Amino acid sequence: MAYFLQQLINGVTLGATYGLIAIGYTMVYGIIGMINFAHGDIYMIGAFISLVGFMLLATFGITSVPLAFFLVLVFAMFFTGVYGWTVERVAYRPLRHAPRLAPLISAIGVSIVLQNFVQLSQGARVKPLQPMIRGAYEVYNDGSFQVTISYLQIMIIVLTLALMLAFTLMIRFTSLGRAQRAAAQDMTMAALLGVNVDRTISATFVIGAMLAAVAGLMVTLYYGVIDFYIGFIVGIKAFTAAVLGGIGSLPGAMLGGMLIGLIEAFWSGYFSIEYKDVAAFSILVFVLIFRPTGLLGRPEIEKV
Amino acid sequence: MLKIRGLRSGYGRIEALHGIDLDVPEGEIVSLIGANGAGKSTLLMTVCGNPRATAGEILFNGRDITQLPTHEIARAGLAHAPEGRRIFSRMSVGENLQTGAIVADPKFYNEDLERVLVLFPRLKERLHQRGGTLSGGEQQMLAIARALMSRPRLLLLDEPSLGLAPLVTKQLFTNIAEINKADGMTILLVEQNAFQALKLATTAHIIVNGRIELSGTGAALLKDPAVREAYLEGAGPKLEAGS
Repeated sequence: MAYFLQQLINGVTLGATYGLIAIGYTMVYGIIGMINFAHGDIYMIGAFISLVGFMLLATFGITSVPLAFFLVLVFAMFFTGVYGWTVERVAYRPLRHAPRLAPLISAIGVSIVLQNFVQLSQGARVKPLQPMIRGAYEVYNDGSFQVTISYLQIMIIVLTLALMLAFTLMIRFTSLGRAQRAAAQDMTMAALLGVNVDRTISATFVIGAMLAAVAGLMVTLYYGVIDFYIGFIVGIKAFTAAVLGGIGSLPGAMLGGMLIGLIEAFWSGYFSIEYKDVAAFSILVFVLIFRPTGLLGRPEIEKV
Repeated sequence: MLKIRGLRSGYGRIEALHGIDLDVPEGEIVSLIGANGAGKSTLLMTVCGNPRATAGEILFNGRDITQLPTHEIARAGLAHAPEGRRIFSRMSVGENLQTGAIVADPKFYNEDLERVLVLFPRLKERLHQRGGTLSGGEQQMLAIARALMSRPRLLLLDEPSLGLAPLVTKQLFTNIAEINKADGMTILLVEQNAFQALKLATTAHIIVNGRIELSGTGAALLKDPAVREAYLEGAGPKLEAGS
């Protein structure tokens, strides 16, 4: 029981970060009907920008942890957002009316460029970060096993939930959110009503990148090590999460992320940690076979 | 208000409009009638910049909008209720109307909403329902209401009667006349229902194979024997041989 609880806590933490990244996949898919294959690397960029941010703050002598965290959060979201905007500008916009395969290929190209750019500029070695937020609550103790939730885990879960809530409200109630939903359903009609479709698509990429940056920051703090290749596997897992939840569906991305996180944590805890990726990707296979529209996705009935 | 000169446009290499000249004076209802594939919808869409005109010019209140991006044209005060209505089916009726108001000054929102809901009381009952659950007639009302929410100076209506029951059609044309009279709204109306369209129109044009073949007042065209034969009585040889 205690062990189960501990895995649950770990899984929810992991799932929160997958969910944040999955939102970026599902949003972009919702609006342009294509997978952004550079999104995993955008997350990696977010992690590196966070690391650079912490280093910069350390050289300026800012040691207050909450302040440093807040500044790095803003810093990473901003610059990763710029990367997201650039990806759309470079790999997608020029190919808006091209066959669907073309932007897919250009996005994979951007993904390779980003990885190599970081490898060249930051080096190929694993980058460590000193743990900044220490300490944990003891949740439960049955004498032999102690269940803890670290302050960092609490922070990750709370921050993720807050962002998801803010993001959901944004999509539902702001004019940008309405423009995004309108463009996702019928781009031509949205333009006829005065929606600047290009700008709306850019905004979608930027918001997705910002959420990925938050995930990158939190993973950097959580694991304490990053390298230029982390975007690949995490990207595919978040993509799996988006497909599991139903690609195009926002609640689906959040749910899918949570499920993938939990599956990974429980598989690692009860079976073998080496095969946790196999477990996660088997889910993708089964979803594609038995429920191609995902858990919360709607069947493809309308064609734009 | 809208002045079109020598307009050519089409899809890819296929030209659908071969030089259209058309004027829509302020405050009037101008009707365009013609058979399927004559280029009526293409004309309205070209005015909105999608597809882009390949030649000619479109002046809106003296401003050249020929090369303006579609969303800028909407901002200039031109609203389009397009063919097939294109309601956002996964948004509520209220959200559809809000989306229509994107280019309008937010301070008029409540007033405008009130106005379109008085015009189309059915939409008031359905305000929180998803657009996709509306009947065809209600969707058309929503499409027009959504266009009106942008506070346009010129309203383009593309086949509002398409697929609607005769009674609903009649109601809709009453609404269109009302929009024109009450708000002095200028309307460019595309219709296959030639009788209603001609009855309503100050000026009407008959478009055949991408060209304007015949123009006149709505009343004059209603009496024209060739028009009667081709568009009003259904039978007999068509004006547009070969289309």
